[in-house]
Amino acid sequence: MMGMNMPQWGVWAMALGLGVFLVMLFSSVRRHHGVHRSLFSWPYSLWMIVFTVIPLFLVAYYAFTNKAGQFTMENFANFWDSNREMKMQLSGMGFDPAAMGMGARGTVNVDTLVYSLWMAFLCTIICFAVGYPAALFMADRDFKLGPILIVLFIIPMWMNFLLRTIAWMSLLEDNGLINTLLQQFGFKKLKLMYNSEAVLLGMVYNYLPFMVFPIYNALSRQDKKLSEAAMDLGANKVRTFARVTFPLSLPGIVSGITMVFMPSVTTFFIPRVLGGGNTEMFGDLIERTFLTADNWNVGSALSLIMMLLILLSITLLRKVDPEGEGGSLL
Amino acid sequence: MEQNNRLINLENISKEFDGTVVLSDINLYIRKNEFLTLLGPSGCGKTTTLRIIGGFEYPTTGRVIFDGKDITADPPYKRRVNTVFQKYALFPHLNVADNIAFGLKIAKMPKKDITQKVGKMLELVNLQGYEKRSVESLSGGQQQRVAIARALVNEPEVLLLDEPLGALDLKLRKGMQLELKRMQQALGITFVFVTHDQEEALTMSDTIVIMKDGRIRQIGTPKHIYDEPKDAFIANFIGESNIIRGTMPKDEVVHFCGMDFTCVDFGFEKDEPVDVLIRPEDIHIVGTDASQLTGVVRSVLFKGVHYEMIIDAGGFNWKVHSTVMAPEGSRVGLSIVPFNIHVMRLQKDALPEEAAP
Repeated sequence: MMGMNMPQWGVWAMALGLGVFLVMLFSSVRRHHGVHRSLFSWPYSLWMIVFTVIPLFLVAYYAFTNKAGQFTMENFANFWDSNREMKMQLSGMGFDPAAMGMGARGTVNVDTLVYSLWMAFLCTIICFAVGYPAALFMADRDFKLGPILIVLFIIPMWMNFLLRTIAWMSLLEDNGLINTLLQQFGFKKLKLMYNSEAVLLGMVYNYLPFMVFPIYNALSRQDKKLSEAAMDLGANKVRTFARVTFPLSLPGIVSGITMVFMPSVTTFFIPRVLGGGNTEMFGDLIERTFLTADNWNVGSALSLIMMLLILLSITLLRKVDPEGEGGSLL
Repeated sequence: MEQNNRLINLENISKEFDGTVVLSDINLYIRKNEFLTLLGPSGCGKTTTLRIIGGFEYPTTGRVIFDGKDITADPPYKRRVNTVFQKYALFPHLNVADNIAFGLKIAKMPKKDITQKVGKMLELVNLQGYEKRSVESLSGGQQQRVAIARALVNEPEVLLLDEPLGALDLKLRKGMQLELKRMQQALGITFVFVTHDQEEALTMSDTIVIMKDGRIRQIGTPKHIYDEPKDAFIANFIGESNIIRGTMPKDEVVHFCGMDFTCVDFGFEKDEPVDVLIRPEDIHIVGTDASQLTGVVRSVLFKGVHYEMIIDAGGFNWKVHSTVMAPEGSRVGLSIVPFNIHVMRLQKDALPEEAAP
């Protein structure tokens, strides 16, 4: 319709960016007999502007306009009451939605959001509970299996995330590996899939490394002399951990929580595969609104709400760790 | 009674890391209220020795006796010693006052007493008013003082100091040397001090333990070690020195530079090869007629208090310190009194280059 589709736009933008960068580079070399270092930030800045900042403005634009391109808050009202559009159509056709038993507010969108936040919260807690001890062992230089543990955490990341998630299916299915084994030993089959627990398992499995590595980093960079100093001053191992090792790993924890919570909230695909549609999360809802319902305006509004919530949680986290690496990640 | 005075006894300590021997056969006692320095080049095992006393390393063999009790297997938090770490190891998440109060809080001392003790310590190390400051905002010298206060506030019987002055500049270091010595005397605490700086060791110590390659080479007072070093390595390490290979034709006569010199040493085999030590300040420049050796001044350096001259005489370049300068290229006579010629048995692994015959 515009004579050019999206991928071509991307190529043109990149070519333009590269051109601008090269012109700047050469003119700067000519003028100063040297390259100013800030010049090297241009490719990345351009990349971000073209593929992140501009799309963000587009999302905001869509969220506050209707299909005709006029300013509206409708999309947010539709978020609050998912039946709103249908009710308006019905009234438009002269029906009374209330009389047809459809007067109530449609809560799907809000419920999905609450469910997503709850699942992300659980996932983050579990990742922390499992990840912190693992990171602690990995960072302990006297623990000989530490390097092996690190490799074990990295290897699954070599595999595509979709594959990893689908692999869980063959384990958890009704006739999957676990149930087959259970039957072999005379136990009853278990219903392992198509529930929230399976989704949570998939999320923890996928996001655990993002909790472990920042904490591992913070712990392994810690000067061993500090815990020696604590012991020297009379603290046993438990108190050394509580008063020195743990507080000094806080930046890693904040960073890990951020890196697990953010993708957890926006999780999609995992619920569809392991939850079997009974457990839609907000990421899936956004995808469905854009692609299946083909409603870019409501979809953008949902994305914007999600983004605001994430920004809010990050701001809260930053309060815990004002200058730590959690903040510098963002 | 000498025995009763011994606070720490290291008995036959050896230590291996993955099959590498870093300490062998360390026998050492440390007296109450003593300022003892472990001195040696890097890698000599001095820090490992200190860490064994502190409980951060356990010896492969041997025992650590503290006040008559075997504490070899005790963890650090059960020992009545505190440590000032190299580069201080202050807790970055705590302010100055909380760093100092750390040990007292662990010991569950009442809050009121903690505040009072921390205040007293800050006064001792001259950091009043710094309570709420972050330790990372302090200069190296101030961090050093916090580290000392954090250890001393627990009133340890022994303070272990691992090269605590290494990161300070020269002037600050000299000031801290005096300050540490003053604190040690005022508080009556035993200090075990690790350094590779021989001057620091001479200035501060009651006893110096010289270590090399994981072994103790000599133990003595600073003066004793300076005047009577056991071998060429120690002589070279402590102070400046001329070391020349010679022989002992008989008691109280030593032969070097093709001549016999009268000395005060005896008890060597006939014609036993020896190292001869003569300190640069013990060589006197005299007229060529009255001298034992004559030579030519090769170079002159002004060092502030004295001149340092290199004088080529008898086939050896002598380092000579004198407040009177002999000009470069001039011919001078050298004279050494018998008392200042120090004869040492050869140490196979410690031949300085100048000692080659």
